[in-house]
Formats: sequence, structure tokens, C-alpha cells
Amino acid sequence: MTATPVTDSPARPAFARDARVVVPTRHPGRWAMAAVILVLVAGAITQVIGNERFQWDVVGDYLFAEPILQGVARTLMLTVAAMTIGVVLGVVVAVLRLSPNPILSSAAWAYSWFFRGTPLLVQLLFWYFLGALYPTIGAGSFSWSANDLISPLTAALLGLGLNEAAYMSEIVRGGILSVPPGQAEAASAVGMRRSQVMRRVVLPQAMRVIIPPTGNETIGMLKHTALVLVIGYSELMTSASLIYSRTYQTIPLLIVAALWYLAISAVLSVGQFFIERHFGRGFSHHRVSRRGSRATRKGEAVA
Amino acid sequence: MTTTTADEPMFQAWDVHKSFGHVEVLKGIDMSVERGEVVCLLGPSGSGKSTFLRCINHLEKFDRGEMWVGGQRVGYRPHGDKLKELNEREVAQRRSGIGMVFQGFNLFGHRTALENVMEGPVVVRREKRAVAEQRARDLLGRVGLADRVDNYPSQLSGGQQQRVAIARALAMQPDLMLFDEPTSALDPELVGDVLAVMRQLAEDGMTMIVVTHELGFAREVADRVYFMDGGVVVESGPPSEVLERPREARTQAFLSKVLA
Repeated sequence: MTATPVTDSPARPAFARDARVVVPTRHPGRWAMAAVILVLVAGAITQVIGNERFQWDVVGDYLFAEPILQGVARTLMLTVAAMTIGVVLGVVVAVLRLSPNPILSSAAWAYSWFFRGTPLLVQLLFWYFLGALYPTIGAGSFSWSANDLISPLTAALLGLGLNEAAYMSEIVRGGILSVPPGQAEAASAVGMRRSQVMRRVVLPQAMRVIIPPTGNETIGMLKHTALVLVIGYSELMTSASLIYSRTYQTIPLLIVAALWYLAISAVLSVGQFFIERHFGRGFSHHRVSRRGSRATRKGEAVA
Repeated sequence: MTTTTADEPMFQAWDVHKSFGHVEVLKGIDMSVERGEVVCLLGPSGSGKSTFLRCINHLEKFDRGEMWVGGQRVGYRPHGDKLKELNEREVAQRRSGIGMVFQGFNLFGHRTALENVMEGPVVVRREKRAVAEQRARDLLGRVGLADRVDNYPSQLSGGQQQRVAIARALAMQPDLMLFDEPTSALDPELVGDVLAVMRQLAEDGMTMIVVTHELGFAREVADRVYFMDGGVVVESGPPSEVLERPREARTQAFLSKVLA
């Protein structure tokens, strides 16, 4: 090697001439552990597949059966609709909670206290039996019979959506508080009004913090929709239970439902990945870009 | 947008008082800045200079006194013998004519340099995107960042971020620019670029009020300096007087500490 000497480094000591190559550390323990886990997993799988009492043939028969597919569609619809209500209302409650007006912020606090503090099951039943408390809803000529208004679907959406909004409001509030106050100041200094500051500057940056727990909430919601079984709205879980109560093939139908829930949450996780990437703009490649900018700084000094 | 005539001061303040709780941080400040003038506010930390600057565009409220920018009251309107706070829309409208540059840059982290500069004109002034983009590119070129338009703030050095922040403020075509310690958060080797942009701005005739610790900049660029301490203006005048031959003991003490 005929490397040109670096001017400001000390003279190379003699022992450095046959410098040795660094070898990566080996991890034999990891390989052993992987082998053990592989054997255990393989054993479990053959156990489950080999066990006739799982009735895999019945699972196969019902996996794509008409009532199950209908249930899947309704579960999806319920999840999306209830999460939409939850997110929109949750943002409103979070913004009110952060309002300087003490009446508004206490009202928002009371909302999440109430809807987080009572069981979802109780809330669903209350909405469903609203007619017992208020036979007619509205005032004067604009009133409807509660029994017409409150179907299993509306009760399910109200129960799931309003409950979700209470949880979402705390997630959104945390996100808003995570945005440095200087961002809002800079936006106001440009002449934006409070609503513009929130919409254009604070919320888009809060999303980075809001999305991961919202993914949790969505997958949670997917499974919470099973609770509407008690008010007789026929989503995936209700469809499965209707079948097994007739055929007594309980386990295979529960497996059918579980496989669908698993498949949908897998799809939702993929969606979350892309949404996170979108809102990570300007933040995601922090380390790499820092290095990049340092390099250009040097470049500028030369130029 | 402003109603000043050429001989009326761009900015005027009389007897401005402000307290945080029981602590009075501004104890009657008077100030006047002519159109095209550059004024530097100097003083030890806690002297109230940043608070005063933030009152000018109503990021901070004050308790007593008057402030006028371009012939309009800032933040308040007369109501009998008292002042009443303007509503949100009016405050926002007045702010849009006053540019502000912060110590911590505060660039919008989710927008590129170009988008940062376009944001105000597009959102507040409802300008067409193409028009706003053209001006944003020109402004970024003027601050020496034509090749950085598509970078996010996290991809820029502190000095580059601060120059984008100056371009963002200029995009609103302000009558008055406020600088709140614009170089205090920068590595020493990056301060020069920012000060050069500010010097150019001063030469182009922008009216500027600058809170700074850069005495060299104040001496060279400022038309007048105000030395503040303990919530009052201790001494003011051309930098050649206040910085070279300070009359007040507090000014002398501060300068000897800073220059030591």
C-alpha cells in the first residue's frame, strides 16, 4: 500500500504495519435458541393440525360461507364508521379540553371521564334501550319515536363511537401537546388564525404521535364490535354464534371468526405503516439527513 | 395596508407596562422607530427586551400603554378611557404585516423550505400557489438557499434554517421585521451567514427591531440602540455613543462584562 501520508496525523507506529481485520462477534447461543423455538413451534402446529377435534373441515366449510362473509362486511363497516366518529369527535373534545375557556375544558374533561369510566357494554345497552327512558326524541313537530330512531345499528354506532371519542380525545391531546409551542407561535406570527394554526401546523405534526396509538385503538375497535352481539346487530361474531347455536360446532366457528379478525388486523397494520410514513415527512430520516447537511456545510465552506 | 405617511414613525410605544403575576417585567417603555431604521435592543437576560419585542405583534399582552405599528394600534382598541383587546381576526390581520424571526427558528417541521415560505401567503393572503411559489423561490435565492428549496428543516443546519425563517417572514411583505435573538442558538461558524442576510435587508431599507447580543452587528448596522435593564430603557442613542461612550453606569457595567 502506498497511501499518501495524512499531514496532521502522527507518524505511523511500526506495529501498525500488519494491522488485523476485525471479525464480527459470533452468537452461538442465538442459533441454539432459534433451533429450540423452531422445534416448539413446529410441534405446536402439528399438534393443532393433527387434532381432529378442531374440526378443520368444518372451519373450511364456513370460512367463506355467505352469513360469515356478510358478518365480515358489517364488522368492517362498523369498525370504520365507529372509528370515524371516534376520531372526529375525539379531535373536537381534545381541542375543547385545551381551550383557555374553563367551561369548555371542564365539559371536555367530564365527557372523557364519563365515557371512559363506564363499561362499553353498559353504554351499548343504554343506547339500545333509550326508548324506555325517552319514548319520543326531539321537540314539537320535529320529534320521532325512539324505537324508530334507535335501531341495533344506530345504537351500536352511538355506543362504540362515543366511547371511542373519549379515548381518542386523550390520544389527540397528547399529540397536540407534543408539538413544540414555538410552532404555533410562528404560525400566529405569520398571521394565521387559531383554527388555521391548528389545522395547518399543529395537527399535521401531532399526527406523528397520534397515529401509533390510533392503530391500537382501531384494532381494539375491530374486536370490540363483537360486543354488539348483546344488542342483536349481526356482525361477524353474531353470525358465527347464530350458526354454532344451531349446529353446536362452537369451536370451529370461533376459529372461523378468529381467522377473519386476524386477517383484518393484518391488513389494518399494513395501512398504519403507510399512514405513519406519510405523516413522518420531514422527521423520519432524521439521522441520515443530519449527516447530509453536515457534509454540505463543509462543501459550502469550500465554495 | 398601512396608513402611515412618510414622516410618521413606523413604530411607536409609550409607557408600556407588563407584569407576569406580581413581577413587573416592563416598567414604562417608550420607543420610536422611523421607517427604514434599524434599532437594536441590548441588555442582560431578564431585562425585558424579548418580552417587549413579543408585545409588538401581540404574542404577549401588555397591561398599560400604547403601541402603534404603521399608524395602527397593536392588539387593542380604545374603549372609553381604557383599551380593549382586538378580536382574533383583527390581531391575526395586524400580525400578517409584521415579520418575526425567532431564536429557535420554529420552521414548520412537516414542510419543506419552499413550503415553509409559501405557507403564509397561501393560507393567510389566499395567494395563488404559483404566485406564492415564485416569490418563495426568489426569497430563498436571496438568502442563499436556492439549492435547498426541497429540504425539510431537519435536513438543514441551524444557520440555513434561520435564513429560511427570514425568507418566511419576508414572504408576507412586512412593513416591520422583528428579530428575537436570531443568532443565539447558532454554532459560532454559522452566525455570519445569518447576520449577512440581515445586513443586506437593512441596506434594502427594511425597518427592523433586533434583540441581540451581537454588539458587532449593532455597532455596524444599527441606526440606534436601546440598552434595557430591569424593565426600563437605561440609555438609547446611536451605537457610536451608547456602545463607545456609555453615560450610564449600568450600561458601562454590561458592556465591560460582554466585551471582557
